Amino acid sequence: MARRYKNVLPGFPLTLGYTLVYLSLVILIPLTAVFIKAADLSPSQFWAVVSAPRVVASYKVSFGLSLAAAAINSVFGLMLAWSLVRYSFPGKKLIDALVDLPFALPTAVAGIALTALYAGNGWLGRFLETPGVKLAALWLRLGGSAETAEYLAGFGVKVAYTPLGILVALIFIGLPFVVRTVQPILEDLDTELEEAAASLGARRWQTFRHVLLPILLPALLTGFALAFARAVGEYGSVIFIAGNIPMVSEITPLMIITKLEQYDYVGATAVAAVMLLLSFVLLLLVNILQAWTSRRIRRGR
Amino acid sequence: MRALPFSTLLTVLTLLALPVRAELSLLNVSYDVSRELYKDINPAFVAEWQAKKREGITLNQSHGGSSKQALSVAAGLEADVVTMNQSPDIDILVERGALVAADWQRRFPHESAPYTTVSVFLVRRGNPKGLKDWSDLARPGVSVIVPNPKTSGNGRYTYLAAWGQALQKHGGNAAEARKFVAALFKNVPVLDGGGRGATTTFTQRDIGDVLVTFENEAALIADELGNAAFEVVYPPLTIEAAAPVAVVDKVVDKRGTREAATAYLNFLFSPAGQQIIARHHFRPRDPAALKQYAARFPPVRTFTVENALGGWANVQKTHFADGGIYDQIVEQR
Repeated sequence: MARRYKNVLPGFPLTLGYTLVYLSLVILIPLTAVFIKAADLSPSQFWAVVSAPRVVASYKVSFGLSLAAAAINSVFGLMLAWSLVRYSFPGKKLIDALVDLPFALPTAVAGIALTALYAGNGWLGRFLETPGVKLAALWLRLGGSAETAEYLAGFGVKVAYTPLGILVALIFIGLPFVVRTVQPILEDLDTELEEAAASLGARRWQTFRHVLLPILLPALLTGFALAFARAVGEYGSVIFIAGNIPMVSEITPLMIITKLEQYDYVGATAVAAVMLLLSFVLLLLVNILQAWTSRRIRRGR
Repeated sequence: MRALPFSTLLTVLTLLALPVRAELSLLNVSYDVSRELYKDINPAFVAEWQAKKREGITLNQSHGGSSKQALSVAAGLEADVVTMNQSPDIDILVERGALVAADWQRRFPHESAPYTTVSVFLVRRGNPKGLKDWSDLARPGVSVIVPNPKTSGNGRYTYLAAWGQALQKHGGNAAEARKFVAALFKNVPVLDGGGRGATTTFTQRDIGDVLVTFENEAALIADELGNAAFEVVYPPLTIEAAAPVAVVDKVVDKRGTREAATAYLNFLFSPAGQQIIARHHFRPRDPAALKQYAARFPPVRTFTVENALGGWANVQKTHFADGGIYDQIVEQR
């Protein structure tokens, strides 16, 4: 570092200045407003609002399902990205474009479409909710006992208007994030690495676990974090499929809207502040984890 | 969290985008399902105004969830008149910035409410579960569709209808009323954000044995989908919901539109306006219009928030505020 490296863009003070001003205008000032408004409440009032049983139940739904959706997307998004990068097949361009669709679709449209699909009378819902009944009929026709048939008839999964429906919606909107963050890394990844591993006698699982995964992990974590963040803030698509039953399927953004509709600005911002804090802590954790994994790879190399 | 500011922004942008005209114009900020009504009211009023005053007038409409719309006006949307479905949404404009005079309910006849509607049951054809009265809705195994009382005026009226009739049945015993309403809400599988959402859940998704909604919405469903699939059941006692209107004093004084705004709201109470209102299945105040459309409006015993439940301020505080009776009931489900 003897000579100052000449950058294409103007120097550090200007760059940092821009960064801070921009960040302040776009993110920090609006977020501060949330906290200032929430500060209208005394600490005990604040606590009463944000720890009300319904609100706490909504945190569990929102954060729990968002984490689950992001985790599921991480697994299947990786598989999708893998097949898009590694194989060529007819219609690949089309599938590649389809991945972005949840980005572009107004979320309300997604919500309505998913609800229509998974409701008890929808294309998928009708098979999911009452497969047991058909199974029981079949069992009886085969000469099975009535008790077993009755037991079988109880099988079925309700998706729309249950937390499971929320999960489906969150998976839908979160998928592109994982695929699009993992894809470029996979494209840069030489097949030679795998060949080398194979020639050194690694099994396929070992190659994946010890060669590929460590390289992919930082990108995968980024995708996970993005999908999670998007899912936590999602309102439009979830609201149609959730059923919105208190203590069961109410998401935190709905609690905020509910408070606003009752002219309770302060209560709404209090819940929003908690949501922001929780999201920030979780994202920070993911970022730390990501930094740690990428350091480990660099060291490994 | 995003939907609210965005829609407000959109409304404001739409208004900004309107060409500046010297011509007189009024903005009517209204609730969600009054669209069809004002689509008919406005041309009729414009024709009357032109005939009387020999000058043109333009009516602009803005529709959305009632409370959300009230918030937009409080935040600066320049509405000349507001036409809502519950009085708290106008009271808030008195509280916030004194946009509306405190005595707004005395400015027009009938507490400034040109029409009313009642909460009724919409059941599937043949009424397979035999639902006749509120008590049937709390029976185990009956599935009831109601919009979310926290976000929808329609849902709030439904909740209050159930509460009020139980109160009368049990001689004013609030504990019994609470037990009944809790049992009823145990039977609700989906709480949609608004009245139209609940309608979709009941009619398109085939969920629920009964939809509790306003008479005009039930009539609209019957019109749209044909009478074959559903029938309306009038419970023996139900709530009467009055739709209040007001001139936004601060705005009309600034824009110099008080005369036109007042004339517009008066038109709603005129025989011509009441005719249009009755055609849209809202119960008119004018006895002549009510008589003419008597077949649509079977007589039904009703109570109101004011005469049976101690007024809106009291209801908001005891039932719908955070930690209120509604919260307690749904938390114990």
